[in-house]
Amino acid sequence: MNTHAKPSKLIKGATGDWEVVIGMEVHAQVTSKAKLFSGASAEYGGEPNTHVSLVDAAMPGMLPVINEECVAQAVRTGLGLKAQINLRSVFDRKNYFYPDLPQGYQISQYKSPIVGEGIVTVDVSPSEQIAVGIERLHLEQDAGKSLHDQSATESFVDLNRSGVALMEIVSKPDMRSADEARAYVTKLRTILRYLGTCDGNMEEGSLRADVNVSVRRPGEPLGTRCEIKNVNSIRFIGQAIETEARRQIDIIEDGGKIDQETRLFDPGRGETRSMRSKEEAHDYRYFPDPDLLPLEFDQAFVDGLAAHLPELPDAKKARFITQYGLPAYDAGVLVADRETADYFEATVSHAGKPGGAPRDAKAVANWIMGDVAAYANSIGSPVAQTHLQPAQIAALVDLIGDGTISGKIAKDLLAILITEERDGDPYAIVEKRGMKQVTDLGAIEKVVDAIIAANPDKVAQALAKPSMLGWFVGQVMKQTGGKANPQAVNDLLKTKLGL
Amino acid sequence: MSVDQATVRRIAHLARIKVADEEVPHLAQELNAILAFIEELSSVDVEGVEPMTSVMPMQMKLRADVVTEGGEADPIVANAPAVEDHFFVVPKVVE
Repeated sequence: MNTHAKPSKLIKGATGDWEVVIGMEVHAQVTSKAKLFSGASAEYGGEPNTHVSLVDAAMPGMLPVINEECVAQAVRTGLGLKAQINLRSVFDRKNYFYPDLPQGYQISQYKSPIVGEGIVTVDVSPSEQIAVGIERLHLEQDAGKSLHDQSATESFVDLNRSGVALMEIVSKPDMRSADEARAYVTKLRTILRYLGTCDGNMEEGSLRADVNVSVRRPGEPLGTRCEIKNVNSIRFIGQAIETEARRQIDIIEDGGKIDQETRLFDPGRGETRSMRSKEEAHDYRYFPDPDLLPLEFDQAFVDGLAAHLPELPDAKKARFITQYGLPAYDAGVLVADRETADYFEATVSHAGKPGGAPRDAKAVANWIMGDVAAYANSIGSPVAQTHLQPAQIAALVDLIGDGTISGKIAKDLLAILITEERDGDPYAIVEKRGMKQVTDLGAIEKVVDAIIAANPDKVAQALAKPSMLGWFVGQVMKQTGGKANPQAVNDLLKTKLGL
Repeated sequence: MSVDQATVRRIAHLARIKVADEEVPHLAQELNAILAFIEELSSVDVEGVEPMTSVMPMQMKLRADVVTEGGEADPIVANAPAVEDHFFVVPKVVE
């Protein structure tokens, strides 16, 4: 697998090159209505302690009963990560004390997780793909939330998160740069969203990462690692890795050694710092939870879930390339978000005018990835959630395709669809506003002749410097309101000027 | 394996159990006696025997994904020593 970094990924130190080795533990909140072991709501937010059952508050005598949908979601995720599904897994208690953990232990899976080894294919750039191994995925409970800023002497505890199902997805140490780590989390989030097993919302904490970072000389054994806890944005993951790798390199080059420890990334200061208080707590004294039998299901259960899995990003990308003839880059961009991919397909397959030319899928991709995406970005919305309908984009592309409007006029048309006529029909707008391009050669020729006659000095210049042609094209466009067919204008000018 | 006094203090601390210094030697002795008994069990050959997780052959019960509880904070915080705006209030814990 991806064991050695390319020279371009190495980090320069004062005494030579260093390789950074990264592994990640991603905590993904399972999409479910109720919690992992109780019937309280798993919904984000809510008034304090209103999404709490007596199980979540760890009242004496309460017993956990597992939510079958959370089990199914973990299996779906395992399948999406092309991972081993374990038909038998065991829940253990991970013991530590914290006020937002009322049980005094977290129910987790230690020795026997529900999902074993798998693999994720990650696009680091349009031309570079890496494989990142998955070590395991296990189910566990989230903790509650402590607020520390309400009082100088007290902390306030809300147990609404307590007991919500999490999937901890542990990667192998297969990443060799901050870019690779960012691309891995991005891809993982895309897969989870496609599967519908986690909403991937990092702002609300539905997805958070612990990042393990170590450095070594190329070819040497692994160095001592530090774990950076709870990094909650993809940008911060990259920054935390770069900062931490640099810190470790500086220490080793100054003759020091790295202590294995838990650290915290402070984006404000751009540094990582030690969380010493967590060290002693690392002795979790795991043991099987006596309240829960082993989790067992049969292969038929797994097969049933596999049969209803949606098309995943890698498969969709491959299909977009073969079915629509898209370049790999375009296909990759479109499938990164499932709704955008659906929007693209809805646009390509939208019924055109009877007898019209087949719609150019590449042109549709260009418009969606270009002007439509730019507009969506400007209003902070995903492409599929703008008011622009696939039918409108399809019509716009068809109007260019059959020569009714030029690409330039199409941009004006899109601007009209964004402002004045938001639910307008592009065909009607073009008709009503007289935006059709002039393809009547006779009409264009008249304009061309008039301009040439009025500008003998420019004609002389153009003969000496053929790039002057652009000036003439501009003049013709100006006089025709941009509606002259650009190709026809070019051809006519070249002939008339003898270029 | 044998438990020394430092280990007793550590285990007690991890479990948040207050142990007076004079209790430590006695506790170490007691824990060692328990471990000696476990040692005896270890002499049984269990090669190839599945660990028993239940006396009766049972499958774990599953629950449907339906919200059936919660919605009321009062009973949740009713027994808490300190409450404010339905939050549990505890002595300050900060990193």
